[in-house]
This record gives sequence, structure tokens and C-alpha cells, in this order.
Amino acid sequence: MLNYDIVVIGGGPAGMAAALRAKECGVDSILILERAETLGGILEQCIHTGFGLHYFGEELSGPEYADRFISLVNSNEIEYKTDTMALEITQDNIVYAVNKQDGLLEIQAKAVILAMGCRERPRGALNIAGTRASGIMSAGTAQKYVNIDGYMPGKKVVILGSGDIGLIMARRMTLEGAEVKVVCELMPYSSGLTRNIVQCLDDFNIPLRLSCTVIEIHGKERVEGVTIADVDENRRPIPGTEQYIECDTLLLSVGLIPENELTRAVGIELDPVTNGAVVDEFRETSHKGVFACGNVLHVHDLVDYVTLESQTAGEGAARYVLGKSEAPEYVSTKGVNGVRYIVPQKVNIKNDGDVKLYFRVGQVYKNAKTVVKYNGEEIISKKRPRLAPGEMENVIIKNDMLKNFAPGGEIEISVEV
Amino acid sequence: MNYDVAVVGAGVIGSLTARELSRYNIKIALVEKCNDMAMGTSKANSAIVHAGFDAKPGTLKAKLNVAGTAAMPELCKTLGVPFKPIGSLVVAFSDEETETLGELLERGVKNGVPGLEIYDAEKLRELEPNISNEAKAALWAPSAGIVCPYELTIAAAENAVVNGVDFIRNFEVKKIDFDGSVFTVSNGEKEFTAKYIINAAGVYCDEIAALIGDTSIHTVPRKGEYMLCDKSVGGLANHTIFQCPSKMGKGILVTPTVDGNLLIGPSALDIEDKDDVSTTSDALSSVLQTAKKSVPCLTTREVITSFAGLRAHCDRDDFIIEPSEKNPQFINVAGIESPGLSSAPAIAEYVKDIYVKAEAPEEKADFNPVREEPVRFRHMSNAERKALIEKNPAYGKIICRCETITEGEIIDAIKAPAGARDVDGVKRRTRAGMGRCQGGFCGSKVVEILAKELGVEINEITKFGGNSKILYERTK
Repeated sequence: MLNYDIVVIGGGPAGMAAALRAKECGVDSILILERAETLGGILEQCIHTGFGLHYFGEELSGPEYADRFISLVNSNEIEYKTDTMALEITQDNIVYAVNKQDGLLEIQAKAVILAMGCRERPRGALNIAGTRASGIMSAGTAQKYVNIDGYMPGKKVVILGSGDIGLIMARRMTLEGAEVKVVCELMPYSSGLTRNIVQCLDDFNIPLRLSCTVIEIHGKERVEGVTIADVDENRRPIPGTEQYIECDTLLLSVGLIPENELTRAVGIELDPVTNGAVVDEFRETSHKGVFACGNVLHVHDLVDYVTLESQTAGEGAARYVLGKSEAPEYVSTKGVNGVRYIVPQKVNIKNDGDVKLYFRVGQVYKNAKTVVKYNGEEIISKKRPRLAPGEMENVIIKNDMLKNFAPGGEIEISVEV
Repeated sequence: MNYDVAVVGAGVIGSLTARELSRYNIKIALVEKCNDMAMGTSKANSAIVHAGFDAKPGTLKAKLNVAGTAAMPELCKTLGVPFKPIGSLVVAFSDEETETLGELLERGVKNGVPGLEIYDAEKLRELEPNISNEAKAALWAPSAGIVCPYELTIAAAENAVVNGVDFIRNFEVKKIDFDGSVFTVSNGEKEFTAKYIINAAGVYCDEIAALIGDTSIHTVPRKGEYMLCDKSVGGLANHTIFQCPSKMGKGILVTPTVDGNLLIGPSALDIEDKDDVSTTSDALSSVLQTAKKSVPCLTTREVITSFAGLRAHCDRDDFIIEPSEKNPQFINVAGIESPGLSSAPAIAEYVKDIYVKAEAPEEKADFNPVREEPVRFRHMSNAERKALIEKNPAYGKIICRCETITEGEIIDAIKAPAGARDVDGVKRRTRAGMGRCQGGFCGSKVVEILAKELGVEINEITKFGGNSKILYERTK
């Protein structure tokens, strides 16, 4: 049995930032477990730029952003094992993991930080009718084939879903000589960042069709085409709007799902909206000493926010290990009237700092305001020229406000138009 | 090459038949038009081992179903294939249907089905807490079970190959000539001879028979569409839950699978195209609606994939297992629709008996009936895993995260006798890519391992043979 103060599961941006902050806070015994061959997570295949604008104030590619943290992990002598898959977390925070060199690892941790990231929703979840030919894959899988393996997964492409990976891959495939015929989005708005719609679609004259979906896939061996159709306000295809589009590839960018298999198996409470754990402001889950951060907690739009959140979790885990956390007194948070979810779901009022609440809205709003209420009473109101589901929002609860809250109270965030 | 017997079609029937015949000192070819075995009906069906009360007493279906189901547990054990004897329930939702249960029971008793009982609603709810409140009664059949149909097929073909059978892939039989003593079988490019042909070509049985001028068989592909749900809802049904049967078949069922998923389906629609396994939104939504009659809490939320299979329906309404009227050395095994999978062990023996009666072959002294179950890392204890990785580190690298499938298992699947040659072949043998991400993460890794083990470039790897390539040329 190995012993570490903190075991971090996942060596992507979340895991690295959490480990680094825990180290800064005075914990030396840290081990990162990473299932891929290298640290860096999904950033390694994101060779486009746009990372780090908030955190570093400069525009980096994915691998560059990751490299800054990998260097810090190395210079801080934080231990990590790559090609290592965590299989199980026990009730006593023993982590079982496996790799080729060590075989089966049994690691006793004082605290565990979950940073496993997320996966893409597959086709099956959409129930698209038609064949199961070759040439249907998630946008992220295509991204790996193109950017890591150096092979083209298709030449004539239709993309379903306007999530950021779909938008990025529309541009990438075009630059590599493929013809991207259309990006279809089921919703009346894109779930991707505005800058990606401009830079990846508009700049390359790739049409984005909103309220439109793929209803059938054709081709017995390789995809030969898809039928698309407009959808009504209930997202049902409108008869008569069907259109056949010849293509050899269908890329799916239809949502991301936090990878919480380990979390679920240990019995940690999950939020049905985020599909991630229910956490407090230090990202501690319902299981004592287990923290979660990054896309395994809730899907982020920008890696910069992942980094910030993970630093919070790293600090929380360090405080826990060093015995600095005392019995908490919680108020809960709740998104209402257009606010789909808030992370964290609860806040310790004995916290001695400010607390940032992250939230997402359920539809596009223009000239709206976000209102924060405590037990029904407005405490913060802020004008927002534009709110969109694809862009995460946040609001800061100042410590002097927090001090006035009582255990069991409720913070509510809503959108008002 | 000259064979004593050529089995055409490496589905569950052809593969088990080839294995049965490999008990004798004869030269056998198992010929398959696709890149792998189990590529037709055998990979897309309800995966049910039926008790045997459906078929009319006295038919081959009735006889072979009961015999096949009785043989299945032992056969699966010998071949290292998952089988679970979970029992089945036919649920009645009206007094009229409750009467039907009585008829089914009576028929089952005539067919020799053991242990049939009619349960009242209360007993039914004890067994199936998620069953609809509308359920009035159910017919309980303890001998029914669930099996993995493609694993059974693969295991049977592997064991046949170990016992000397030649597995010939990508060989579409296009021409059969008979010179008075042997057949010459050709795909237009290559040919071989065989003294006997066993026509186990599933929905294509009629076309293969027609190659020797036998036009007595009419196969109608009857499409069935299914939805497969995530393991998180695998517990919604504890047994196979049928509704009362109709003319088109046994209706929509809700059942756990041997791997712990939940399967609902199939629809039933007679079609013309024998390759058409596309799904349709109409059929899938009707499957769900009908399944909800049994288990109302079902939703599409947990669906991880949907698929369609074709039943080889024949207008004769019974299995056709007999030498062709055109040529006694050409044995048709046609119309093997439900309960074909359940009957498969008995069908294979039945066909073997026809051949043995005619040719009296000599038994092989060293026939090995056993096919060891492949390494299944996910089912092992941590102590077993530890020992395994010490022996071979390839079992220490997880490739498929959702199903916990290791690199070692994937290499084993490729190196097996008649091993995997494509991504779907690896998937069926190991479950890599069958989990909730459906190959999103591991798909590209499996492609790499296949390329390495087969010694080809990664853009030569296909999803399931033919033109199903995954990658084109290199990027710029």
C-alpha cells in the first residue's frame, strides 16, 4: 500500500492546477494519476489558440497552455503516474489504480481530488435513425485523428451540434482540405462561444443552421449522406423540410457529460443538472475528503475557469489535510427563473474569504439582469447585455455579506428581463 | 482446396454446425461473405434463450427449441460464453390475455417445457417491482435465459478452427457447380470444391439454394429494431419480460442482457432489402411506447445505442432443415428465425446427424470441445488482476474506460483463432467501445492496436470490413 496526503485523479488542466495549489498551501505528499500517455488531458489535441486569455492574459494553444502547468508540476517535483487508470475509490479513500509498470496500485489518500474531465455524448443518446456505417464519430475523436494521429477521418463533412469542439473541427477539417457542408444545431441558438462561431464558421463561409437536426444517416458501409430537417419549438422535425446532403462523415458535437463513474461508485451525491458532484465552495463533495473540479464537476466553456476552480479545490484539499477546516455551516444555492445551475451548490458561511458562484443560463437573453437574493431579499443585481447558455457567468458574494447569512439560508440567482 | 463439407454462413447456426462436424475426421470450410463471423442475424437479436412454449407442438421449432434450450447452459460453459438462467415472464394485461397465458402454458407442457407456472399480479410484482400496474398475470418459465449471441457464434467458430475447420472470410458464394460427385464453389475469383454444402446463409438462404436450382425457399427479411440502455438502468427488469405474442412474433420485450444493460425491442416489419439494417424513428418510438406498457418508467434518456436485425423468416412457418430436393448433398438450414438462437445447439446436432447418417464419418480422437473463456479483466478480483499484470503487463493498460477493457484483452481478441480483423470485431469480442461513450475515447486506440498487430497502416483498418474504412489519407 502506498500512502499520499492527496491523490489527484486526472492530470489535465484541472488536476494539475489543483495539485499545484495544494503544494503551494503546504502539502508535499501529492500523487497525480493520469490515464493518458502524458499530462495535459484533452488540451494536447486542441492545437488551436484561444486558451489562456483570462488566466495568462495571452493567447496560447492547448498544448502550450498545458505545458506551462506541466513545467510547474515538474519544477515543483509533484509526483505523477501516466498511463495509469484509477479503477475504484473506497469509502476510506483508498484509490485502486492500474498500469503496466506497477501493476495494481493500492494507494491510501487523506484527500482525493476528482479531476477526470468529461466525455462527448455519443450518437446512440440521440437516437438518430439510419445505418451504423463507418464515418460517424464525435468531433473530439475526429480531432484526435487529425491532430494527434495525422489522418483525415473524412472529406465531405456534416457536423451536428454547434458545441465548441464541433465549431473548432469545422475549421480544422476545412483547413485540411475537407469540405464542411453545414453545421446543424437543434436549438435556436448555438451552445458554442460566439468567437468560435465567427472565427470557425463565418470566416470560412460554413453555414450554421439553427433549429435543424440530422434525422437519418445513409450508407451501408461508409456514410454516403444524411437527411437533415428543421425542427419546431418542441424540437420535433417539421415534415416537408427534409433535405438530403451528400457526405462521407458525420461529426457529432452534441454535448459533454462529466465522467463520474468513480464518483457514483463511491456514493457521492450528484447534481442532476450538472451531472457532477454536489460541492461546497472549496469543491468538497458529500464524501469527506473527496474534492472535485474542472469538467468532471460541471462542463466549463474556458479552460481558464477550470484552472481557477481547480486551484480552489486544491486549496480546499490542502486545508482538509492540514486540519485547517472546521465544522462548516452551510447555506444552499439555487438557480431559478432561467438559471439552470449554480456551482457550488452550498457555501460555508464561516469561510473567511469572498465566494464566487458560477452559473449558466438556459437560453439566450439580451439586456437582462442577473439578480442574487438571500432568503428572498435582493442582495446583488447586475445588468447583462447578453447572456447565453454557452457562456458561463459568475457572481461574487463578498465575505461581509456571507457573514450576515445564517445556517440553512438560501442564495438564489435568477435572470430578470 | 477440396473439402468434405462447406458450411455457407458463419452465423450462430453455421458456426455451431461447423463445430459439431469438426468432431469427425473430415475437411470442413466455414465460408463467410463478411469480414467476421456473426455479422447478420446473429449479432442483432433479442439474445434470449426461449423456454419453448411458443411453437406449435410437433414442429421442428418446438422440438429443437426445447432441446436447444436444455443444452445451452452446458454448451456456454464449455465454450466460455456468458449465459444467465434468469427465466422469463409473459405478461397479460387483460382477461383475454390471461386466457392466452393458459394456452401458452398448455402448449408448453405439450412441447416438454419444464416448470411453467402462472403467477398472479402480486407474485409478478414481487419478481418485477417496475412492472406496470396494469399487469394482471404472467406466465413464468424458469428454463428461459439470456446469452450473448455473437460471443456464442465467435466461440463456436474459434473452437471449430481449433479443431481443424478452415474459416474463410470475405468469400461471397456467387456460383455453385455440381459435377455429379462434388460441388465447385466460387466467389467469382477463387474457388474450392466440397462434397457437401450446408446452406446456413440466414436471410440469403434462398439465394444460395437458387445457385443449385433449388427455388423452394422464400426468405423474407423481417426487420426488428432495438434500443440498448445504459447499465445504470439494467436493473429495471430482473427477467425477460414478454407481452402476449402476435402473428408477427413474440412482441416487444424488456430484458436485462448478460452484460448488465437493458434491451428493449424488437419491432417487426417485413422488408425486401436483405442488407437493410437501418433504424427508423417510427419503429424506435413505437418500440419504446410498447415497452412502456410493460415497464412504464422507461425513457430514452438512458439509451446508449439502437440497432436493427433481420430475422430470416420463411413462408413455411417452421425451420427448414433437410437435404435439398435438387441435390441430397446440399443441406438447407433455412428459415431460422426465433427461436433460432435458442435452438442453435440442437440444430447443429440435427444437421450433423443428417450428414453422419449419409456419410458415416470416422470420429476424431483428439476433438477438443473446450474453448477457454478469454481474460475478462473487469470481472476479476484485485488479487487476480495483480497476478495477471505481473504475468503480462499489457493487461495493466486500460483502453476502454467505460467497460474497463485492457490492451491485453484486445491483443488476445486479434490473435485468437479466427481473431478480430476490424474495430467491430474487437468490440464484439472484448466489449471495447460498447460502453456509454460508444468508442469516443477508445475507438482510435483500438484502430492503432489493430494496425500494429495486423502489420498494416492505421488508415487500412475498417469498422467492419469492405468499404467501412475509418480514416483516409494523411493530413497535409
